[in-house]
Amino acid sequence: MDFLGLLDFLIPATGAGKAILAAILLGAGSGLLGSFVVLRRMALMGDAISHAVLPGVVAGLIYSPERSPLFIFLCAAAAGILGAGLVRALMATTRLKSDTALGIVLAFFFAFGIMWQSRNQESTAGVMNFLFGNIGAINADDLRMMMVATVLLCTVVFILKRPLLVLSFDEGFSRGLGYPVRILNAVFYFLLTFSVVVALQAVGVVLVSAMLITPAAAAYLLTDRFGKMLVLSMAFGIFSGVVGGVVSANVNGMPTGPVITLAATAVFAVTYFCAPQHGVLAKLFRKMSRRRRVRRENTLKAIYQIQEAGGFSHEDVSLIELARKRRNTEDHARKECAELLRHGFVELSSDGHAVSLTTPGWKRAMEMVRNHRLWELYLTNEANYADDHVHEDAEKIEHILGSNTVKQLEQDLDFPELDPHGKPIPQPQLVAPPIA
Amino acid sequence: METALETHDLTVTYHKRPVLYGIDVSVPEGSLVGIVGPNGAGKSTLIKSIMGVVPSSGGWVKVFGKPLKENLHRVGYVPQRESVDWDFPVTVMDVALMGTYGRLGLFRRPGKVEKQKAKEALEKVGMLPYANRQIGNLSGGQQQRVFLARALAQDSDLYLMDEPFAGVDAATEAAIIELLKEMRERGKTVLVVHHDLQSASEYFDKLLLLNMRLVAFGDVKEVFTPELLQKTYGGRLTILSEVADRAAKF
Repeated sequence: MDFLGLLDFLIPATGAGKAILAAILLGAGSGLLGSFVVLRRMALMGDAISHAVLPGVVAGLIYSPERSPLFIFLCAAAAGILGAGLVRALMATTRLKSDTALGIVLAFFFAFGIMWQSRNQESTAGVMNFLFGNIGAINADDLRMMMVATVLLCTVVFILKRPLLVLSFDEGFSRGLGYPVRILNAVFYFLLTFSVVVALQAVGVVLVSAMLITPAAAAYLLTDRFGKMLVLSMAFGIFSGVVGGVVSANVNGMPTGPVITLAATAVFAVTYFCAPQHGVLAKLFRKMSRRRRVRRENTLKAIYQIQEAGGFSHEDVSLIELARKRRNTEDHARKECAELLRHGFVELSSDGHAVSLTTPGWKRAMEMVRNHRLWELYLTNEANYADDHVHEDAEKIEHILGSNTVKQLEQDLDFPELDPHGKPIPQPQLVAPPIA
Repeated sequence: METALETHDLTVTYHKRPVLYGIDVSVPEGSLVGIVGPNGAGKSTLIKSIMGVVPSSGGWVKVFGKPLKENLHRVGYVPQRESVDWDFPVTVMDVALMGTYGRLGLFRRPGKVEKQKAKEALEKVGMLPYANRQIGNLSGGQQQRVFLARALAQDSDLYLMDEPFAGVDAATEAAIIELLKEMRERGKTVLVVHHDLQSASEYFDKLLLLNMRLVAFGDVKEVFTPELLQKTYGGRLTILSEVADRAAKF
């Protein structure tokens, strides 16, 4: 352990300092490995390994009277790797699927560990720290171990980042590339076990898998880039570790493992709601703005159709007419028009009881009517729909046809002028609005 | 002409149940081969076992006269589109770049040359404008093009493709077959697992008729015959699968 002494200048003297350093180390390691765990859908594997280390911890406590952290670390890692191997063996020799195999192994190792510990109460006095985590009990020796393991872990992942990425994304293809898939998988399991054991004393056997899953899951919701996900996941791991460590060190009756897990869950909850792409609020917002757009476009279309029915002879459409067309109250029509006014699609008459389309309003209205009629024609001509069955479908499709699809449709239909019901298809790109 | 791919007595069992029996086939360089057969005939299993993705329980595979391992860099593999998670946080460019990783080995990073190769491959399949998109935001046809770009970036001589036409739009299907023919013109050998018998006779030069064993392999006009197709798709093989069932329980 001599060379480990070289790391001593990095180890803070105070208990709080030690706790924070431990939190940083465990957050970084499990955040990094956790990204792979989440992407490979191996969350349960993380849980199984973390429970499987318990007999190793017990063995380490029993057979190392001076409580050498290195010895405990190695015993725990060996037990974890044994557990992972057993899972794979169960799957290879039976028709059991991974979740069942994991469930069996997890329960067996944990039960065995607890039983063994109960029969050796005196020599395993500190086992509660390993079960539920106690960041305050981590001493300088433990920290040295954690530092070495974390640096090793990060280095190996950094070197093997690309092969591990390809393996996680497409195992069959990575075989075709000539990657030693078995060895890479074995290395991955070793690293995973190491990250579990590093986090063990702070978070505890029961909750350590949360550190693998929750920060990485939060990062996954935030980004579509692998590199960013690794960095974010580590950052979230460190953040929850430090918050949990500080709170549990300063507030009585706050066990470290649960507090760290709750902090990680809080980070996850924030991203769950607020992530810009994959968060639920963003999704809700997109849905609402889509609905508002559809409503605007339907109002515009109704105004166009009223104008069309009148042979484009009036400049204005009265709100009463519009309300009748939209099968709604005049009040409602007024609200819809206010929305169009905000977007510059209509102008209100001086008495406030009628609207007229502006040039952008005409353009958009013509596009909608064109999309609707083009799609109806396409369904009747090319997809052999009866012409009285196409309206409903076109009501939806008109809002989502992109300009490329429209061009394609026009070409396929040979630039048609009339829809299946004999109504003219407007050409907003060529023809000026009927009334400007 | 050199033999691009040769298998001898290639046999695959799954949980002791044989799924491919003693496949002997020898594919000359520069051919465009369609692998056809009914569901469960072992079409995907055949190319997976050639690639070593599923272990074979007997027989051997040679690529350009050498064992696969020695010539792996000359083989490009295109797995089924459904075999990967398209929510994975990688871009179109990232996936195309993976094609160059084989030559880089485990530790070297892709540089300018590799990026250029990936770009050219994307250009060829018309996906360069999407290079920075996350792969989940693509249509099925576009995803298949990305997979093909990855294979093109591998710059191999023999390609094994698992159902590249499954679930793609008509435009993509036409583009892919155009690409395959162009690859053949450049002397590449391409084996394609294909579902649709009708188009198989138009798309490929040679057909490999498969139903747990090799029914026939040869030029389309020689093997696309009612008798051989009946043999491939007809009920003659019930004994084979029955024996396989018994072997599994043995």
